[in-house]
Amino acid sequence: MPGRELKPGRSAVARRQAWEGRIFALPFILGFLAFWLYPMSYSVYLVFQDWDLLSPPSFVGLDNIVELFRDESIGISLGNTSYYTFIGVPLQLVLALALALLLNVKVRGLAIYRTLFYLPAMTPIVASAIVWLQILHPEFGILNSFLRNFGIEPVNWLFDPRAAKPAFILMTLWGVGPQMVIFLAGLQGVPQSLYEAAEIDGASRSQRFLFITIPMISSITFFNLVVGVIASFQVFTTAFIMTRGGPQNATLFLVLYLYRNGFQYFKMGYASAIAWMLFVIIVAFTVIQFRLASRWVYEEGAPA
Amino acid sequence: MTAPDTSTAKQPESQPPRRAISRLGEGFSVRSLIHVCLLALGFVFSIPLLWVITTSFKGQGGIFTYPIEWIPDPIVWSNYPRLLNVLTFSGWPGIVFFFRNTFFISILATVGTLVSSILVAYSFARLQWPERNFLFSLSLATMMLPSVVILIPTFLLFRDLKWLNTFMPMIVPFWFAVQGFYIFLLRQFFLGLPAELEEAARIDGANSLRILWGIVVPLSRPAIVTVSIFSFLQHYNEFLSPLLYLNAVEKFPMALGMRMFQGTYTNDWPLMMAATSTFILPTICLFLMAQRHFIQGIQLTGLAGR
Repeated sequence: MPGRELKPGRSAVARRQAWEGRIFALPFILGFLAFWLYPMSYSVYLVFQDWDLLSPPSFVGLDNIVELFRDESIGISLGNTSYYTFIGVPLQLVLALALALLLNVKVRGLAIYRTLFYLPAMTPIVASAIVWLQILHPEFGILNSFLRNFGIEPVNWLFDPRAAKPAFILMTLWGVGPQMVIFLAGLQGVPQSLYEAAEIDGASRSQRFLFITIPMISSITFFNLVVGVIASFQVFTTAFIMTRGGPQNATLFLVLYLYRNGFQYFKMGYASAIAWMLFVIIVAFTVIQFRLASRWVYEEGAPA
Repeated sequence: MTAPDTSTAKQPESQPPRRAISRLGEGFSVRSLIHVCLLALGFVFSIPLLWVITTSFKGQGGIFTYPIEWIPDPIVWSNYPRLLNVLTFSGWPGIVFFFRNTFFISILATVGTLVSSILVAYSFARLQWPERNFLFSLSLATMMLPSVVILIPTFLLFRDLKWLNTFMPMIVPFWFAVQGFYIFLLRQFFLGLPAELEEAARIDGANSLRILWGIVVPLSRPAIVTVSIFSFLQHYNEFLSPLLYLNAVEKFPMALGMRMFQGTYTNDWPLMMAATSTFILPTICLFLMAQRHFIQGIQLTGLAGR
């Protein structure tokens, strides 16, 4: 719209600026066409094809989509991914918020603690996968030797179908640094006057937390939740390196199964169908979260 | 949950003196409790990385001692030099190849991201043109789209372009501002700059490129540093693209090369941990050097580190 509100005398300047604007944006225009729009449309086409890269693609109608509902592994990987997301993300948020609250009391050495909590997130995923592989080692891993101090029997972490997903979630908890920093920013943005007013009214510490802090940072919580769910649904690298989907498919996550279909079984059509299913699920959850947001997310200036 | 608390609040008579006293005591004990919590949690969070470092200075036998030896005895230095002798290609240590490839890809992709995103973000922020808002909302839409959706067709595209087993898939797209996130971040920053200087230069007849390069870029150093760091780390960490596109081991970046070490030397933990700490070290140095920018960038935009 602003482009149309031009003063008559400046039209030559405006026209020049319009062209400069388009030329500057050219990388994005070309990049969007080549690396977003084209692959997206190609992917839609692939969903209806059977193609192993060797023989030419053949049209199979809705077969790939029907197969999604028949394939046992889809149910398993969907279940695994949901477990990992819906148990993992809330725990991540609780830990991140707890750390942020501790750091928000203006303790001495804040920068050091913040660095300690943030460093794990700086570790390349491949490196942390390899490190955790050793930490979770049933015989020699430090987690089991630590638990032994409390008389807890050694757990077979990555070799036990019941313990593998909790082990993965534990690993994600180690990387909550970025979420913590976002929460900390939110906490620092809560006006001090609110706390002072509540204190004068005799609100206890826990009341101030429940009725001031939690509502005031709800938009930050919402952000961390949405971003966390989207990222969690796409878990791949750790499972690929640490367990390859095992034990007994306990860590077969959706993207890992997609990878297998595309690049090990060379089912390009079916892999694309899985990708679109994942996309639909992610969009659905994001939309649901936005819908529910109006019930619990407080926004400045919005009618209460 | 809140019921017990409300009862304590309704005691107006005894309140003023009690609160003053309890706040003194409370302030002291809560503060020290927080310190204890922070120390304990800080230690727990550091254990994995501390353990990587100590293990990398141990001999093969030293890793299985219980309780854990935090300071290795004796300190074994040879694991690091040993990294150079394992996995060699045509007489050169594999790890040298891996690091060279990682830095090559990360630097070129980061430069591309910077150049293209700055141009596009400036156009979206300051230049007036009819289709601008539509295209800006498209770039926002790409932020929401999980890249997994286009994994297969993108692979096929690069295959048709004969880019398999080259660095092109990891570099070229980033010269085309494919990450809406960086456009968004830079645009936000540009919008916050005072427009007067630019307008004055424009009246003097400067074109947009000169204004961008001469005025806007020098004023935007914090945002540009933030984008550079995030982009560099993203490419340094990238695992899936090299896994899909590269098959010659001497072309592997470190993220993929680590798996070669892991596959070949699974039981040689000290060697693995020496490789791991060498891989992690640059990211930690980068973080410590640019911590301020990191925290700012995250708070500005809410980008998660990975």
